[in-house]
Amino acid sequence: MSVVQIKDVTKQFGEVTALQGIDLEIEPGEFVSLIGPSGCGKSTLLRIIGDLIEPTSGTASVNGKPARQARVDRDYGIVFQDAVLYDWRTVSKNIALPLELARWDRRRRADKVKEMLELVELNGFEDHYPWQLSGGMQQRVSIARALSFDPALLLMDEPFGALDEMTRERLNMELLQIWEASGSTIVFVTHSIAEAVFLSTRVVVMSPRPGRISETIPVDLPQPRTAATREEPRFFELVTQVREALHLGHDAERPAQPSEATV
Amino acid sequence: MSSGAPVAVQPVPRGGLGRMVGRRITDWLPAAVVLVATFALWQGLIVWLDVQEFLLPKPTSIATTFWDDKSELWHAGWYTFQEALGGFVVGSSIAILFALVLARWRPLGSALMPYAIAANAIPIIAFAPITNQWFDGGLTKSSKVAIAAVLCFFPVLVNTLKGLTSVRPQDLELMRSYAAGEVEIFRRVRIPTALPFMFTGLKVATVLAMIGAVVGEYFGGALNALGVLILTRSRLFQFNEAWAGITMVCLFGISLYVAVAILERVTLRWVPSTTE
Repeated sequence: MSVVQIKDVTKQFGEVTALQGIDLEIEPGEFVSLIGPSGCGKSTLLRIIGDLIEPTSGTASVNGKPARQARVDRDYGIVFQDAVLYDWRTVSKNIALPLELARWDRRRRADKVKEMLELVELNGFEDHYPWQLSGGMQQRVSIARALSFDPALLLMDEPFGALDEMTRERLNMELLQIWEASGSTIVFVTHSIAEAVFLSTRVVVMSPRPGRISETIPVDLPQPRTAATREEPRFFELVTQVREALHLGHDAERPAQPSEATV
Repeated sequence: MSSGAPVAVQPVPRGGLGRMVGRRITDWLPAAVVLVATFALWQGLIVWLDVQEFLLPKPTSIATTFWDDKSELWHAGWYTFQEALGGFVVGSSIAILFALVLARWRPLGSALMPYAIAANAIPIIAFAPITNQWFDGGLTKSSKVAIAAVLCFFPVLVNTLKGLTSVRPQDLELMRSYAAGEVEIFRRVRIPTALPFMFTGLKVATVLAMIGAVVGEYFGGALNALGVLILTRSRLFQFNEAWAGITMVCLFGISLYVAVAILERVTLRWVPSTTE
């Protein structure tokens, strides 16, 4: 059974068609990246999977049930571009938020928070407030919170977009380790080609106005990925392939201009 | 704040109440110098220009009178402070309840808020002579409590409501992803977000509560009330005594303000500016 099943989804925001005719199936254990230029609707698609936005037409199902039911059942964890930590909660309390809402008792919460702090390597920071953390650390808290209730599906909306390159690469490695350890399915929105190729088992390339899927590229790089993966020839081939797919999708949206034809 | 920009890791603020409230003595020094200089200048100008006592007494004579009458002033001040505190508690509590209701049922809020804001502009103190008649001819505390409560109501209502509705959209989106109900959203997002706003309103209200109680007493009140004491003493040309009474009003007013400010610091430990 697919974890995510999107059937002929269209989304209108007033006059603007954000998404048109989207079909997408994601199998258990996949790491799927949605990549595309700004305005291609990749974040909108992620939010439709999470039932944070309703599609204008078409259906979205998660774990074989309507997306709404999956949200109510807390089948997925989500990580946003901003860490979206509550300023008035310590690191521990932020991680425990979904567990409090799920009515876990205090002891079980404390055990789980401890486990998650180890997973994202933030031991010793449990009593810090968000403003005392760096951007990378805040995002790790956000990931710990999303994973705390063991969701089968993790939705990530450009989670490392605001971080510097060094931090981003380190968190990429950490995310892959977490993915392997947890066995969850991940849908990952990004606008970095290298990040999409490095992380994913499949890259879904989207094009704008109206947002649609222009190409799906399976990533056949060996698992587990390491720092050396970024230097393999196959990595560069795939990066080139994704880049060309992005440009094709981008150029297809408008008729070629005479000046461009001569280039 | 939880913005994405990487920032240096800050040390954890440690220590209890004393650390949060007390700053280093050197931080207070400039303010202390200004205070002493102001009184010295006041004293000097009165002596130098030979200002009459009924216009402005010397700080030293006010201080002497204050010391001589301290027992009477304390009891009068305590009486008036009870009125102010009662009004503050009643007015602020009702305002917070109202804010919660108006934030929960937004159409009600849109229907009522324009009038609340307009009512905020009414000089409520003008009603003091009338409210005195509503409650026992003005001789008990209740009429002053009422004036103070009405004065406190609006700033607390407006600020708290502003806070309850100033929630970041992404904070709500996160709660939506957890399928959290309205009660959970209020408890875990709206109310914590509103607290700094609410305290701003409460601090304004402390000052208004003292004003309400004292001015209410100017229109008639118990003989042992501070407002009545100030009024009668100035009618009897006992200006040092009147000024000593005003000093007592200030001391009680400042105490109430400081108490709320301390409560704010203890409650809002997460706000960087309150832990610096």
